[in-house]
Amino acid sequence: MTFIAPAADSAPAAAFAADGSTKIAVRSLDFFYGESKALKNINIDLAERTVTAFIGPSGCGKSTLLRVLNRMYDLYPGQRAEGEVLLDGKNILGPKQDLNLLRARVGMVFQKPTPFPMSIYDNIAFGIRLYENLPKSEMDGRVEAALKGAALWNEVKDKLDASGLSLSGGQQQRLCIARTVAIKPEVILFDEPCSALDPISTAKVEELIDELKERYTIAIVTHNMQQAGRVSDYTAFMYLGELVEFGETTRLFTAPRQQRTQDYITGRFG
Amino acid sequence: MSEHIVKAYDKELGALGRRIAEMGGIAEKMINDAMDALSGLDAELARATVATDPRLDALQREVEELAIMTIARRQPLAVDLREIVGAIRVAGDLERVGDLAKNIAKRAIKIGAEPQLTRATVGLRHMQEIASQQMKDVLDAYAARNVERAREVWARDAELDALDDSVFRDLLTFMMEDPRNISFCTHLLFCSKNIERIGDHATNIAETVHYIVTGETMPIERPRNAPGA
Repeated sequence: MTFIAPAADSAPAAAFAADGSTKIAVRSLDFFYGESKALKNINIDLAERTVTAFIGPSGCGKSTLLRVLNRMYDLYPGQRAEGEVLLDGKNILGPKQDLNLLRARVGMVFQKPTPFPMSIYDNIAFGIRLYENLPKSEMDGRVEAALKGAALWNEVKDKLDASGLSLSGGQQQRLCIARTVAIKPEVILFDEPCSALDPISTAKVEELIDELKERYTIAIVTHNMQQAGRVSDYTAFMYLGELVEFGETTRLFTAPRQQRTQDYITGRFG
Repeated sequence: MSEHIVKAYDKELGALGRRIAEMGGIAEKMINDAMDALSGLDAELARATVATDPRLDALQREVEELAIMTIARRQPLAVDLREIVGAIRVAGDLERVGDLAKNIAKRAIKIGAEPQLTRATVGLRHMQEIASQQMKDVLDAYAARNVERAREVWARDAELDALDDSVFRDLLTFMMEDPRNISFCTHLLFCSKNIERIGDHATNIAETVHYIVTGETMPIERPRNAPGA
């Protein structure tokens, strides 16, 4: 069968024009692991209270980009970012940025659930205590609210003293989401949050993301194209450190403008 | 376009394409044969045409089943998704074209018993030639994924609509001239409508080709020029 490629759009990046306002604006971002350049001139806007999915083959830079958004890379020597990442208009890459404050505002959930080896209650309270000094009753309320926010409350309310590690994988991941939500962030970054979960747990996390976007700006890296299609409003396709195409998810998955996007999402990548 | 990493995926899409091609061939032949049977009062040919229709129906089912299976198995996206949705639509249109041709063939059998009026079928023959050409062009456009040719078919349908109106007036005149023509001409009226509908299905297929290739739908309103209609 032969096909004619859809008309190419010469400007893939920064084509964002949504109804909502911009929460994070990435401008001319380059990223280096030592000498090797992992991100090349990335420009993208993440709209407030929307879900933006990042897709692309392994090593394309999508997780790297996510790690720049809360300066996770700062923990590692030899890694540096150039350009600007504007959170509510203020550049977070500047030397004066308070990293603890930034990570409280921009929370992150990882591929593998990473509960602390402590009780379910303390898994949540731990993070809150770092930023706030609350009386017990108020703390109880915050823990409950966070667990409810992560759709975990009903499953754990009778065993809050049990170890976080005693939960199933899907519950552990929701515990991590609760932990993130408890600190009242503005942005939540998900780095392949469901890749270690079974379909039921995955569905629960996806349902949760759907609810969370009412309050938070969300960025999610996923290898699962169908998941990106299900949970996101906007999708960015990255390849070899470049942002190849960015647009509304429904459009990008039905009629991508770039040949490379089409080849990737249809499983034709050479 | 390059192949899928999973080769079985290409095989499934290929199987869909082959069935659509076979359906197109059958539908085209049915239109021609039905009209030949009508103007030549060839009951034998008419019956053969009617007998072809089940094959078209079976193929349409196969296309639907294959498409559903592929959607379930591959979760197609982008051009693949449009291809598969397009195949379902085109198969539906071709199946309907077969039904319309079958209806003409059945009427060819019935009017064999009626008093004949050969000049009444001239306009119909002309309509059928245009409809057949439209079907041929649109199926070529589908096979080649050619938007331009599809768009031409889409725009040309107005011609068929206008002819349908003119045939309607002719047949009305014949009926008023001589009431003995009424039964015969009424059958022809239905045939004329059937051919006009075949043209509509050709434009549907043209719209599907446009969608498959570009990912965008064509405007809902087609150009119509039916002067005095």
